[in-house]
Amino acid sequence: MHKLRTERRWIVAAAALAALAVGAKGADADEPGPGGARPMVPKNGAEVYEVYCQVCHMAGGKGAAGAARFPALAANARLGTAAYAIYMVDNGKAGMPGFKEALTPAQVAEVVAYLRTHFGNAYAEPVTASDVQAMRGQ
Amino acid sequence: MEQAQGRPTRRQLMHAIGLIGGTAAVYQMMTTFGHAAETRFDGPPQLTGARKGARVVVLGAGLAGMLAAYELRKAGYQVKILEFQQRAGGRAWSLYGGDRYTEMGGAAQDVRFAKGNYLNPGPWRIPHHHRTLLHYCKAFGVALEPFIQLNHNAYVHSTEAFGGQPMRYRALAADFNGNIAEILGKSIDQKGLDQQLTAEDLDRLKEALRGWGLLDKDMRYRGERASRSRGWALPPGGGVNGAPKPSEPYAFGEVLKSGIWANLAFFMNHEFQTTMFQPVGGMQKIGDAFARQVQGLVVHGARVTRLMQDKAGVTVTYADTLSGQVKTEAADYCVCTIPLTVLSQIETNLSEKMTAAINAVPYSSSVKIGLEMRRRFWEEDQEIFGGHSFTNQEIGLISYPNSGFFSNGPAVLLGAFANGPGGYHLGGMSPAERIEAALAQGAVFHPEAYRKEFLNGASVAWSRVPWVMGCCARWNEESRRDHYQTLVAMEDRIVLAGEHASYVGCWMEGALLSSIDAITRLHKRALEA
Repeated sequence: MHKLRTERRWIVAAAALAALAVGAKGADADEPGPGGARPMVPKNGAEVYEVYCQVCHMAGGKGAAGAARFPALAANARLGTAAYAIYMVDNGKAGMPGFKEALTPAQVAEVVAYLRTHFGNAYAEPVTASDVQAMRGQ
Repeated sequence: MEQAQGRPTRRQLMHAIGLIGGTAAVYQMMTTFGHAAETRFDGPPQLTGARKGARVVVLGAGLAGMLAAYELRKAGYQVKILEFQQRAGGRAWSLYGGDRYTEMGGAAQDVRFAKGNYLNPGPWRIPHHHRTLLHYCKAFGVALEPFIQLNHNAYVHSTEAFGGQPMRYRALAADFNGNIAEILGKSIDQKGLDQQLTAEDLDRLKEALRGWGLLDKDMRYRGERASRSRGWALPPGGGVNGAPKPSEPYAFGEVLKSGIWANLAFFMNHEFQTTMFQPVGGMQKIGDAFARQVQGLVVHGARVTRLMQDKAGVTVTYADTLSGQVKTEAADYCVCTIPLTVLSQIETNLSEKMTAAINAVPYSSSVKIGLEMRRRFWEEDQEIFGGHSFTNQEIGLISYPNSGFFSNGPAVLLGAFANGPGGYHLGGMSPAERIEAALAQGAVFHPEAYRKEFLNGASVAWSRVPWVMGCCARWNEESRRDHYQTLVAMEDRIVLAGEHASYVGCWMEGALLSSIDAITRLHKRALEA
């Protein structure tokens, strides 16, 4: 039994190394190293928005323009479909990263519900963590 | 004990890899164990004999675009570069006193640094093995100086260890290694490693642990031997009271909680090993040097809105950012270095596959904050000369200037290099709020001086930089597998280049290697056409 478990451990380690050799991501980017490992933990939808979304979609969900655009979330009819918003937060689109790994189902539900009821959006139907879990196949 | 028995020997690991990945994987692992090559660069491309009158339009005057233009013109092409900004250099950029920088959303900052001071918002350190960049720096006359990457006398701070007190890197690193050595030594004595190693190897390992772990003759990490690395309670002096007093190692539990192992691992990474370099006077000097080589070729203020190709050639439509006037540029070929964040929103007639690849790569969101201080208190009060102090707070680290040591007058500290959640959070703040957060968090290292000596600051949140809208391309194993080859393939007359089209992503080296590869293929195709 013990031997079996040990062997499995080798196989897992070997599989990880083999994966590195074939589907490598490439050189490590220039990053702060181990710094910043304890970020703020958002407690509600407004805080999730402030910590993760506001950098691109701006305060008030106004969006912004440069060489291209960050879409406005204010008065955005697409938020009427909660599943669309959940999908975007989880998976991202083009330059926008997905937040599936960073945010819990509850946090995604909270930020989507927040966006649907603020910034000129009024979609009162609640969004729950289980909606997010269902879309994640959990 | 059980854990130790569970560790595979190298041979067992090879066997397991062979089972899973076949001989190719074993070969790959063997070359990895053997040696790793330092660079792919074997000299600048030797392109000659372009067809008379052949035209190339290059999109973007960053390093990839300017190198493409420089080398293609040398090969005989007529080259024009379209650049969105009024400056050249792309992310090889510095903010100096007198600069005005307006981010997306409209917040403007007037940089008030003293003459000679700067913030490198993007690239700031160059590995010694990034030979392409080093080659062109030398060829184009960019003076480089050392970038102090590892400073044993800087701090490591964790809110989770030592009651939130920052500790010197030197002491934490020595205590971590010393404790590991002592524990392994005991494990050898207790026959814990007998199944893994022969008696002779155990003897050698024990000797290695004693030397590497700074253990005393009893295989203990303590006293004078440890103090020579971690620092003394009373350092050696001269004369009557010259004898030193050894220091006490920290409690190992706290050392583990500090996360110092992650710092040790960081500095072992190939991209972060010493020696590293920086341009004298700021990263913009690299942008400037490349720009001098392509003088007269760059159209500034050109916002590309459309990129089309057909049998006859390439047509780029762009709007002048100042006048709004719409213009077109026709060419035989196009090297497009526009970041994927922006390119994904430009109308093209590229294939569906290529469009999917352009849309498949998210960008990171880093923030850098420069804080100008009245005096170099880190040098004068704490004997810190360059390098980084790390924290688990959102700012990630503070980094000390690598030049002008011992000088009087104001100096600029890097007050934050935030990435991941911290990068998003700080980036979402106003410039004034970012400075306040950087002061509040960074003060943990220099509580007496930090706010007192602060003069002014500037920040760049890469997601809000109008011409790139993100820091750099973040591939993962899946996107590499599904889209990378498509993204870098030349599609008829158009080829993409930039850090995003390389395996050295987020580095200038990647932009240059990608550019050389792209123009070499472009030239070959043009000659075959």
